[in-house]
Amino acid sequence: MDGMNQDVKAERKALIEEVLSAYPEKTAKKRARHLNVYDEGKPDCGVKSNIKSAPGVMTIRGCAYAGSKGVVFGPLKDMVHISHGPVGCGQYSWSQRRNYYTGTTGVDTFVTMQITSDFQERDIVFGGDKKLEKVIDEIHVMFPLNKGVSIQSECPVGLIGDDIEAVAKKKGKEHGKMVVPVRCEGFRGVSQSLGHHIANDAVRDWMLGKGKAKAKEFETTPYDVVVIGDYNIGGDAWASRILLEDMGLRVIGLWSGDATLAEIERGNKGKLNLIHCYRSMNYICRHMEEQYNIPWMEYNFFGPTQIARSLRAIAEKFDDKIKAGAERVIAKYEPMAQAVLAKYKPRLEGKKAMLYVGGLRPRHVADAYGDLGIDIIGTGYEFAHSDDYQRTADNIKDATLVYDDVTGYELEKFIDKLRPDLVGSGIKEKYSTQKMGVPFRQLHSWDYSGPYHGYDGFAVFARDMDMAINSPVWALNKAPWKAA
Amino acid sequence: MPQSALKIKDHIDLFNDPEYLEIFKRKREQFEDMPSDDEVAKQAAYINSMEYREKNFAREALVINPAKACQPVGVAYCAAGFEGTLAFTHGSLGCAAYFRSHLSRHFKEPSAMVCSAMTEDAAVFGGLNNMVEGLANAYALYKPKMIAVHTSCIAEVIGDDLNSFIIQSREKGSIPADFPVAFAHTPSFVGSHIVGYDNMMKSILSNFWEGKERKAGGSVNIIGGFDGYGVANAREIKDIISAMGADVTLLSDVSDIYDTPADGSYRMYDGGTPLEAVTKALDAKATISLQEWCSAKTLDFAKDKGQDVASFNYPMGLGATDEFLMKLSALTGKAIPESIAKDRGRLVDAIEDSLSWIHGKSFSIYGDPDFVMGMTRFVLELGGEPLHLLSTNGGNEWEAKMKALLASSPFGASGQVWKGKDLWHMRSLLATEPSDYLIGSSYGKYLEKDTGVPLIRIGFPIFDRHHHHRFPTMFYKGGLRVLVTILDKIFDTIDEKTKVTGISYDLTR
Repeated sequence: MDGMNQDVKAERKALIEEVLSAYPEKTAKKRARHLNVYDEGKPDCGVKSNIKSAPGVMTIRGCAYAGSKGVVFGPLKDMVHISHGPVGCGQYSWSQRRNYYTGTTGVDTFVTMQITSDFQERDIVFGGDKKLEKVIDEIHVMFPLNKGVSIQSECPVGLIGDDIEAVAKKKGKEHGKMVVPVRCEGFRGVSQSLGHHIANDAVRDWMLGKGKAKAKEFETTPYDVVVIGDYNIGGDAWASRILLEDMGLRVIGLWSGDATLAEIERGNKGKLNLIHCYRSMNYICRHMEEQYNIPWMEYNFFGPTQIARSLRAIAEKFDDKIKAGAERVIAKYEPMAQAVLAKYKPRLEGKKAMLYVGGLRPRHVADAYGDLGIDIIGTGYEFAHSDDYQRTADNIKDATLVYDDVTGYELEKFIDKLRPDLVGSGIKEKYSTQKMGVPFRQLHSWDYSGPYHGYDGFAVFARDMDMAINSPVWALNKAPWKAA
Repeated sequence: MPQSALKIKDHIDLFNDPEYLEIFKRKREQFEDMPSDDEVAKQAAYINSMEYREKNFAREALVINPAKACQPVGVAYCAAGFEGTLAFTHGSLGCAAYFRSHLSRHFKEPSAMVCSAMTEDAAVFGGLNNMVEGLANAYALYKPKMIAVHTSCIAEVIGDDLNSFIIQSREKGSIPADFPVAFAHTPSFVGSHIVGYDNMMKSILSNFWEGKERKAGGSVNIIGGFDGYGVANAREIKDIISAMGADVTLLSDVSDIYDTPADGSYRMYDGGTPLEAVTKALDAKATISLQEWCSAKTLDFAKDKGQDVASFNYPMGLGATDEFLMKLSALTGKAIPESIAKDRGRLVDAIEDSLSWIHGKSFSIYGDPDFVMGMTRFVLELGGEPLHLLSTNGGNEWEAKMKALLASSPFGASGQVWKGKDLWHMRSLLATEPSDYLIGSSYGKYLEKDTGVPLIRIGFPIFDRHHHHRFPTMFYKGGLRVLVTILDKIFDTIDEKTKVTGISYDLTR
């Protein structure tokens, strides 16, 4: 440890203390366990995680429904996903994740539609099962080419004792199409995370290896892989698929960005499962490993360093043909990646960034920033578990400030004191940060840009970070007569 | 390879590249098991048919693409317009995250709000502890001058009693005994965001008015209602008040909080109706609302307190603004000054200049009930012909008033009123009986894509165009802005159409 880092660490620890001092004592104690300054060499980040948020502190987290409907199920394109309950949850999550897909919306695909049972008071009083049955019947009249229906439960459903599983079984039989009940009520768990898990369990129990695709003949090859946990935000999954196919692999399913039900049902036919967003879909990978002996591995398609490393690691699991394929792909794209770096690195080298995001990004994008010469000085997750913080230790540097389930208050203070050159977080954090004169990019929706995955995506990522940081407007936010 | 460092392609262009198109095709052929092209084409044609429309309108339970949000978004908006006020959701933690995101996406501004983070144990034992701890934390961290507590679904279903919880929180020292906490029960399975606005407005007024004696004075209170253009419309109201020299209190003024400057500091609170003014508002002679269906309970409450009340339906354009101004003048005893008469004349002038491009064109309109009514009335004044007028959260009274409005003008003869319907109903209407133009929120972009009817973006939310909320839509000046928005789309549409042959691609129009 050099002396400079010790000073930085001491400063950042003092900052944590300062922030904690604003809380009532009991809450300060709770929050203290979620904040730390990382010591290089330690096996994890030294913060507690996956714990209930304190009330009243302005947590940035979402709920289980957001994890299931918003993340895992929402992108699955040829099924109709019912936001089952009152109108709001479906309304606020309508078309916001930017899960791109091909298809004819309202005819054979339904991703950018808000389908809801729009509960009224009588549904709470008398129960919603009858209405749900009718909703499903009417879906089949309105959208006869749908491949199935999922029931995404909102809070009231679990509180009034509805039996959505019974409805699902009955209606599934009646219509001869899949109906998947998902118990993702927002009060379950402590964040989006349990919603992911519940959604994974629903895939396991109702979809995987079942349904119509099972009966169909499907020829497998030794090069079949299933990509798991890529939601095709701004086209991410396509910019990833292009590389995997180019190296000679056959992507027989991609979950769940631009996915069809058939791709989910056949998810157990691959030779290897490749997981990108570990947090949201590791559960189903573990299940397939136990049940079908399908190995799985994590990979990272953010930034040329990690992409090349991942392509080679994936190829290691296959024969020489695929290994040669990986080298060919890397050789094909590397000059473009180098040209992107040559263009942007000189403009970004030495800049400092802070991150606060969800599933995998607080660690996965760190090396992509590193490729551009940007240092990550603070990072944290909305809904990580301890295994995420262990993994993160590999991606961050000594003295990085780590904040779990950060509150609005803490993040604002951290940003204000550390004055990074860039913050990457979500829509709720974007505008307050920019008001403070700090450049910002949304790292959930890619700020309406993307893709960011793969080589094609890295070029866009580099361009976007540059335009955020190097916009002339940041130098103009003080009136000249006040600037002195 | 489609990508290059020289000219970086993002999602807008990248996926039109042949390499990607090939990937889509291969994926579809080998792995997707999608319906055949024939089946898709058949169904795509069928959903535009009258037969499908009938099935669509026979729906009883399924709701598809509704144009309404739930109560707490109205709460958050209403509370944000009061000095130093922090909205507090008593419910699951995802709710507040959604409300904040929704408002931020429209206003492109921060939207602060806390929640009591109820989880499964709170569902079983009740959320008292969450409230006690939550109020203490929110008070200590964010130093509000008032907290506006309201519920989301979970707290309503299990029957949490806000009043009792807040009293107990005070007793336990979470907040000082005299600290203002307004509270409203706002379940998402009742009404919509406009009802939430009303509930919170009433609860804030009750908080300051109950138990106090009213000394009737000469001032007037104005309630704006939930409004995606509330920033600029509030400024318009204030300009009008100041031009008239009237003594008026604007209750919930979001003109600062949803339009804070970027100058190096983040203002979690900014402007808003001063709390002192809210107390004094009890003594007002009258309370008038610019949006009837955003304020029914609040106006009843003001009436009970002895005030005169009146309501309008999103006054936009000439007739509706005339009525509003004359009412305001009558209530305050202040004359309408020449400067406002001039603004009126300028709007009339603009309409005369442009009438030939709008006269006889048909417009479908959707959105909140007051907005649809105000917009319809203005379209009638422009010589446009309202066609499908739809409000997901509009009820029987709205329907009756809309029909009366249409009957008041020969231009309203073909107007059809659709209460409680959603945008999938609107899709069928436009597919079978299209209007020339469609007016509504960003959700309408899917209707524009599917039916080819050009969308004029006026309403809430506007997610995919920037800064519209910074310009007014109400009164004469707002009418002018709306007129320009309509005209721009009409001219763009004509240019698009005529540039194919070049015939009628005129320089001057």
